[in-house]
Amino acid sequence: MKRKLEISELIFKIISYTLLTIFALACLYPFVYAVSAAVSGRSAVEYGTIILFPKDVQFDAFKRMFSDNMFWNSYSNTLFLTLYGTIWALGYSILGAYALSKKRLLFRKFFNFFLVFTMWFSAGLVPQYLNYLQTKAVFNSVGIMDDKWLVVIAMGMAAMNIILLRNAFEGVPSEIEEAAIVDGATEMQVLSQVYLPMSKSTIATVALFFAISRWNGYFWARQMISNSNEHPLQVFIRLKLEQYTDPEAMAGWNEIYASDSVIYALIVCSIVPILIIYPFIQKYFAKGTNVGGVKE
Amino acid sequence: MKNKAADFLILDKETGKYRENPEQLVRDDVEKHYWRHVGLTILKDWRLYLMLVPMILVFLFWRYFPMYELLGSFKVSDDVKPVAEQFFSGFSYFKRLLVGGDSMSTEFWRAMRNTFLLSFYGLCFGFPMPIILALFFNEVRSNAARSVYQVLTYLPKFMSTVVMTSLVTMLVKQGSITSGMGIVSQALAGIGLVSQETANAGLLNNPQFFRAIYQISGIWEGAGYDSIVFFAAIIAISPTSYEAAQIDGANKWAQMRYVVLPSILSTIVIMLITRIGSLLNIGYEKVLLLYNPNTYVTADVVSTFAQRYGLAGAAKGIASAAEMMNNVIGMLLVIGANTIARKASDVSLY
Repeated sequence: MKRKLEISELIFKIISYTLLTIFALACLYPFVYAVSAAVSGRSAVEYGTIILFPKDVQFDAFKRMFSDNMFWNSYSNTLFLTLYGTIWALGYSILGAYALSKKRLLFRKFFNFFLVFTMWFSAGLVPQYLNYLQTKAVFNSVGIMDDKWLVVIAMGMAAMNIILLRNAFEGVPSEIEEAAIVDGATEMQVLSQVYLPMSKSTIATVALFFAISRWNGYFWARQMISNSNEHPLQVFIRLKLEQYTDPEAMAGWNEIYASDSVIYALIVCSIVPILIIYPFIQKYFAKGTNVGGVKE
Repeated sequence: MKNKAADFLILDKETGKYRENPEQLVRDDVEKHYWRHVGLTILKDWRLYLMLVPMILVFLFWRYFPMYELLGSFKVSDDVKPVAEQFFSGFSYFKRLLVGGDSMSTEFWRAMRNTFLLSFYGLCFGFPMPIILALFFNEVRSNAARSVYQVLTYLPKFMSTVVMTSLVTMLVKQGSITSGMGIVSQALAGIGLVSQETANAGLLNNPQFFRAIYQISGIWEGAGYDSIVFFAAIIAISPTSYEAAQIDGANKWAQMRYVVLPSILSTIVIMLITRIGSLLNIGYEKVLLLYNPNTYVTADVVSTFAQRYGLAGAAKGIASAAEMMNNVIGMLLVIGANTIARKASDVSLY
């Protein structure tokens, strides 16, 4: 039976579609504009005549970016930090979460509190900074001069992610574990062959969270990495932005493209890889928000 | 390890006499040799406890050791002695920040106020947006069309803070009509929302606009992604509820009021409580990347205050004292919010 659309329903539908369309376009527009501004000619960008489509198309701003060694350097640094940082954080998080998920663990409540307290209270920027400086001194004294490794092991811990993993492990039926133990599996085998395969999607979600926080990491990377060759992409973008939006530094600019185009090109270059993997990670990303309630 | 007196003697059915409960003897033994018992359990199960070690070390090293450095806020003056030697010697930094009467104290109070206001406006304007968006998503019946809308609105969430703030900076950049003024300031000046001079000077250089830029970019970035949880609650509503309401003659507004709203109310309440709990834990990165000396009046928050004086400047003790006050109040808010959430529903947030 087809129901007649009521007038109030119709009005609400129209409002919904209109506002949704406006909001969705507003979300998309800055990206489209960034692409257009990156490939447009100088006068079009500086006189602000680009609304949507590029004018006097040029690719020199991109070429300038691609021929900059520091750009590729920063990209590879970001990949380094993301890869090793995720492996490191995921490693100790999985091990710790597995132990915490076991009812037989002594002082379980205490260890849980130990984690949760870090979500409630943080010492703040200055004490953390002093702590890193001291560690850096220790690192340097034993001959590790790479600040990258310090950033890998010192950043990106998240108690919330460990709790997500712990809850997933707690959801694995204990009968399966008992069966594995009867078959002679060791603790490590139980973890790697029973628990990990059975909580794949949570692990993927948590790995994604770790990777995103590493990829996006800016503040501490800038504070801790003194050598500009080791700067990750986010720091590189910010330094370029500071340089290119300074009118005095840009006074002698005489290229066929605007200085702004370089920044837009850089923004486009940093978003494109994310857009490429977006379809594959979207479902895990969306899943993460639905784990709002956490059992104690 | 509870000691139950009633268990101490048991009636032996065969002999008809009372005798000592063997289980109680074991319990007594365990209590007497508690730490030996603990040690043996750990030794027997050492693999499990070894797994905890890396995680404990990481959190101890990077989360708990800095708390020890906080002792640096309780000292008399900015001397260079390490924390262990000066230890606790007073509240002078706290006093100076709270009732000092100098420019530092004024700036601290301004930062406290800004921290609260930025969060509070986020609560007023940023919080309802995802809910409204989720209601709208629900109206789109075609799955394909809804996916398109969702993908587009989640998109800004995938940018890093640096890229997002760079884009915002470029869109409202200063300049004249011939030298690369931001397209958004141009449009705002065009429709008369801001004067041409203000737009030329750059909206990010004007303290009046900082809060608006902060909130609007926040909604642009997060509203789509934050709507996921509300949308999930809305699609969980059984279609029979709508049908029943329609048979009772409810129009769209009545359905919203009596079917949808009660169904998602618990989600809204939980999210609201979380939001209130983190009222003072404002992300410092975004502020740090968007503010400049011209906009300190409205933009400076406690974390950026601490960053400026403690990391960029040399007043480490006073900066960490400022942030510590902020974080302690923040912690009380989180714990309070969590307690309320636990009472209000079965869900505990942490």
